[in-house]
Amino acid sequence: MAFISSGYNPNKPMENRITDIGPRNYEEFYPPVIKNNKGKWLYHEILEPGVLVHVSETGDEVYTVRVGGARLMTVSLIREICEIADKHCDGYLRFTTRNNIEFMVDSKEKVEPLRKDLSSRKFDGGSFKFPVGGTGAGVTNIVHTQGWVHCHTPATDASGPVKATMDVLFDDFQNMRLPAQLRVSLACCLNMCGAVHCSDIAILGYHRKPPMLDHEYLDKMCEIPLAVAACPTAAIRPTKVDLPDGKKVNSVAVKNERCMFCGNCYTMCPAMPLADKEGDGIVLMVGGKVSNRISAPKFSKVVVAFLPNEAPRWPQTTDAIKKIVEAYANGARKYERVGDWAERIGWERFFDVCELDFTHHLIDDFRDPAYYTWRHSTQFKF
Amino acid sequence: MAKHETPMLDQLESGPWPSFVSDIKREAAIRAKNERNIEYQIPADVCEDLLGILELSFKHGRTHWKHGGIVGVFGYGGGVIGRYCDQPQKFPGVAHFHTIRVNQPAAKYYKTDYLKQICDLWELRGSGLTNMHGSTGDIILLGTTTPQLEEIFFELTHNMNQDLGGSGSNLRTPADCLGQSRCEYACYDTQHLCYTLTNEYQDELHRPAFPYKFKFKFDGCPNGCVASIARSDMSFIGTWRDDIRIDQEAVQAYIGGEIAPNAGAHAGRDWGKFDIHKEVINLCPTECMWMEGKELKIDNRECVRCMHCIDAMPRALRIGEDRGLSILVGAKAPILDGAQMGTLLVPFIKAEEPYDEIKEVIENVWDWWMEEGKNRERLGELMKRQGLQRMLEVTGLDPDPRMVQEPRHNPYIFWKEEEVEGGFERDVNEFRKHHQR
Repeated sequence: MAFISSGYNPNKPMENRITDIGPRNYEEFYPPVIKNNKGKWLYHEILEPGVLVHVSETGDEVYTVRVGGARLMTVSLIREICEIADKHCDGYLRFTTRNNIEFMVDSKEKVEPLRKDLSSRKFDGGSFKFPVGGTGAGVTNIVHTQGWVHCHTPATDASGPVKATMDVLFDDFQNMRLPAQLRVSLACCLNMCGAVHCSDIAILGYHRKPPMLDHEYLDKMCEIPLAVAACPTAAIRPTKVDLPDGKKVNSVAVKNERCMFCGNCYTMCPAMPLADKEGDGIVLMVGGKVSNRISAPKFSKVVVAFLPNEAPRWPQTTDAIKKIVEAYANGARKYERVGDWAERIGWERFFDVCELDFTHHLIDDFRDPAYYTWRHSTQFKF
Repeated sequence: MAKHETPMLDQLESGPWPSFVSDIKREAAIRAKNERNIEYQIPADVCEDLLGILELSFKHGRTHWKHGGIVGVFGYGGGVIGRYCDQPQKFPGVAHFHTIRVNQPAAKYYKTDYLKQICDLWELRGSGLTNMHGSTGDIILLGTTTPQLEEIFFELTHNMNQDLGGSGSNLRTPADCLGQSRCEYACYDTQHLCYTLTNEYQDELHRPAFPYKFKFKFDGCPNGCVASIARSDMSFIGTWRDDIRIDQEAVQAYIGGEIAPNAGAHAGRDWGKFDIHKEVINLCPTECMWMEGKELKIDNRECVRCMHCIDAMPRALRIGEDRGLSILVGAKAPILDGAQMGTLLVPFIKAEEPYDEIKEVIENVWDWWMEEGKNRERLGELMKRQGLQRMLEVTGLDPDPRMVQEPRHNPYIFWKEEEVEGGFERDVNEFRKHHQR
């Protein structure tokens, strides 16, 4: 392949350089019906799962068809999305915070051809390219992180478990039978790029083994003080190590019992890898929310301490999630989020109805906030 | 014929949900054929090698990516994440696989001509793989080589009027909900504020000068669709301080069953006839609603704007007209001392151009955090370490009971000398005149 220059001159990097221009102005990308009615919307309605209408005080209406997407997508798929938007939506579309794609049209007649077109497209492997759904009291798309596709510290994959989970929850993506919306999120390690800590159901990758120490190379590959400073629990200290060949080298020692398996040391020091087939797996957390509706926003709580990474379809994880969703669908009242339901029936009852074991791992013992999670009353259920 | 066998990944092609494996396989085949004779600037088999290395991770139960190297574009300290694989001999196509974060347009509206430009650029100079979008909000271009970075930046800025997003100890790319553009609940123009602040703080976004990452997110109302309250160091949530507007006829239409509650969100199950007491009035967290004959009444002074009644009856109830936003600070994911939700700092502020009051709050907070924050200490952690009082001092805001859930549980108040009459300096001999040793 021949190198194609963009016009950039490496010998004069500042020549014609453009910086600090920020993103494109959103106004360029508003469909006309959106531009004309911004700030004038009166109300909306979900006409069927995945199809919304918003009605403006001007009398205008915008119809939205929402489809799920794998957030990991190729330029060919984006071009196909563009082709659909060109054909039906005058070349406009938007993405949602939860990786859904929204196609908007300005009249009702345009909805059915669009919806049909979207629903008819499938990948060669048989899955839908653009499943319509993700609205109202159901499951919408999973927000997630990179996993084994791109990250250096994951304890599980992201795209794989998300695909497996959405296959299992697919009916609830296209239906609205749940008591309220149910938000599932995945972060592939406890650093949580995906900030899953306030989700109805959070799938979290977790390491369970402290880092291995590549003593022979550690001082060559890493700045030891940075590795020591990277540890949030002060489990790492500098030390000298005798190698088998008699050489003495500078390295680090890890107090294993203080390690919380975050991998921050590995980020700073590649000679401290911690990934492990048996050690790594999934934690399930439940009952968080970000909305202020009825109850205040709340954090998700750990309800399954560990499930193994069972590629390619993570069956134990998806089974546990399915059980939680079914118990919630059966037990919660209309408008009640998973966390509100669990608090009303009591967490002891939650473990009963979801058929989950309560183990010592689920009792908080991490610093001050732990105390506030213990029971300080005689009110409990048998 | 695929370059690598991927028996485990192949099992992710079945099932209804869109398969990223099928999508990447298609891209790999397109690149292999290259019917349009593109001079791919990175290895043509990058997608095949990506599938190959991912299959290996599925087999090993471990990632095969090394931690990031220091790569980027001249003059910026963020926007590019270096990535190398640990099996470059087997998978040379992904030996370098750097990520570029592209600052998405507010609310993620697009015209197709723009997206097609992105596709052309990324097909030529990258893997053709993207994330639409990353968790923070950026368009993520996944996988290119070091020599392409400046070329991509040059094309983005010169041909597409488009800049990179944030990474590292920077202001991260701000993100917003779709707000007034298509939502009747939005209390301010989230796109305008997001765009304005993103441009105002370009230096902070591109050049790392902070102790750690800092995130802005903009939610138009307390429903919080971009989750700002849980995941942004500074969260801007729309609110109002006058009365909810009521259309009594529409209230009756809900009661009479002519309009489905909650905009039809519960249509998948028969929940029985709508009961305004059970579904709205009795669920109000402050019990500030009641019926008087056929009229729905709200004691707005007692309302905490939880949105439930409005969400449940959007055609009957509308947000008030004296609108603005609340600012909450310090949210973050659990690492290290546990997750933190945003803490209310400014109960109400008008969101009006040129947003000078909002910028003043931001800059006061940053001055304090940049001065006092330790390396890798998020704002929320500094708040825990030095206290909410300190935050009030640096922002010059008056204490307000709205900022706390309840008053302190202990009387251990660190009185300051100037707060106590006569100060701390006393004459012990004077004291002893009245109190024997």
